[in-house]
This record gives sequence, structure tokens and C-alpha cells, in this order.
Amino acid sequence: MDKIKSLDDLKRMREEAMKKRDATTTSGKKQVVIGMGTVGIAAGARETLKAILDLIEQENLSDVVVRQTGNVGIDSWEPVVQVMVQDQPQVNYGKVTPEVARRIIKEHLQGGKIVEEFVIPS
Amino acid sequence: MKELALHVLDIVNNSVSANAKNITIEITENTNDDYLTIEISDDGSGMDADTVSRITDPFFTSRTTRRVGLGIPLLKAAAEACNGGLSIQSTPGVGTRVKVDFQLSHIDRMPLGDLAGTMLGLVTGCPEIHWKLDYRVDEKEFHFDDEPLKRELGMDSLSEPMVISYLRGLLKDGIEDLHKN
Repeated sequence: MDKIKSLDDLKRMREEAMKKRDATTTSGKKQVVIGMGTVGIAAGARETLKAILDLIEQENLSDVVVRQTGNVGIDSWEPVVQVMVQDQPQVNYGKVTPEVARRIIKEHLQGGKIVEEFVIPS
Repeated sequence: MKELALHVLDIVNNSVSANAKNITIEITENTNDDYLTIEISDDGSGMDADTVSRITDPFFTSRTTRRVGLGIPLLKAAAEACNGGLSIQSTPGVGTRVKVDFQLSHIDRMPLGDLAGTMLGLVTGCPEIHWKLDYRVDEKEFHFDDEPLKRELGMDSLSEPMVISYLRGLLKDGIEDLHKN
């Protein structure tokens, strides 16, 4: 993506992109939440979040919303990422390194297939 | 934690948990007087004097899922190891200010690290919060406020690819410029 140098440039480019996008594609259909408590941060959650933001930017994913939350209470599985896709049940992933995060975005959010080996057992 | 930016991330998440709506991060590097100061201020629920007095105890936490809270004690220890210290001012119902300082040149002072990446994650990941960063290195300053962006595009836009790209460039360039001669 070309570097966007000002807020005015961003507004203009965004409006152009939105005109081209399918009007029925609304944001917020897919949500990714990264736990960012002390244990998560020490386990590398910031790098996990950075990998997700990098992929959203590189792949131009316009229907993914990213959120941080605090400690989710399962320290031994940090970094933890929760995925919510439309009306499907929430999936909690554990030990999500940047590489695992990229797989989750590509295989689960884009491909519709849960990455079972990293799902936290309930 | 191997970077001070990770400690900043940890402290601001305390602010988020305290239901803050406005969080300001102020960083000052002064090479003449050889100090680095980080201040994080919020308008969250605040703490009473008893809680403030206990917060540097690693066995004190507000959480119920475990019995230790290591974020503040670890940062305090890191600062004191570099001829610095940590102080907390808080008023219930008003907010909290955490201030930590280090001897800038101390051999054991960990690097500030990826502050731009940390801020990008905070602004996109917690869009309901008004984020400000004021970073000074000697005579140079960089000020970031996410309010103009949100006013123009709305809070829901912050995970969009173009907005991420814009924010990444703005933060990275602004911070890097502070250290250029």
C-alpha cells in the first residue's frame, strides 16, 4: 500500500475504496480479541497483535475488527486470541504466536476452517 | 519484559481495566540531565490511599483469578536498578498518574523499544479510549492525539487496512524523527 501522508489523503482514498467495495460487506462481521494482561504481554501478545494488524494491512482485509482486552484468566495458554465470526460460537485459541495468528486469520477468518490444534480445550 | 514499551502497555491496560476514557502517555528523554521519565495519566476509577500503598507489593492484586500482580512491582524494580523510581498518585473517582524515571545512560536501563507498534495496537485495539502520546527528546517533540482521526472517520474505522497503514506511518515517522540529528 502506498504511504498515506495526511488525514485528508486517508479520507479521500478511503472514500474511493468504499465506493468500489460491495455495499453489503459491513465491518464487524469478524472480530479478533487479543488478551493483553501482564502475563499475555510477557508471553508475546503484543507481537501477536502486530502480526494480525500487519496481515490486515497487507491482505487489505476490510471485514475484520481487532480488539484488545485485559487478562482473560487462562495464563498457561497465553497469548490468547478469541475469534468471533458472525453467529458462530466463539473460538478461544491459546499459545498464539505471530505465526499461529497468521494461520488463524488465513484459515479460520478467510477460509472458514478452525485451526483445531490451537483451540483451548473447554 | 525486555522493553519499556511493554511496561507502558501493561500500565495502560490497568487504566483500561479501571474504565478510563482518556489515557495520556508522556515520555521525556533529557540527555543533558541524563534522565528518562515516563508518565501515564488516566481518568479511570482511581484508588484510595490504602490501595496505592499496597500496589507495589507483588502479592497484591485486584484480580480474582490469581494472587499476584507483577506489573507495577517489576517496573518499580527496573527503575530502582537504574537509579530511578516509581510513584503513583491517585484519587478515587478522578484518576491515576503513574510516573517512573530512570537514569537515561544507565547500563541496565532497558530500551524503550517499539513504542510506535505499541501505540498502534492500543489505538486500534481500544478505540473507545481517547489516546494521547507526548514524547520529548531534548528540544524535539512529537505529539499524537487520536481524536482528529476518530472525529473524521469514526471509531469503527480503526481496524481498516488504510487506517492502520496511516497510523503506522504517522507514529513510526514521528517517533523516529525525534532521534535524528
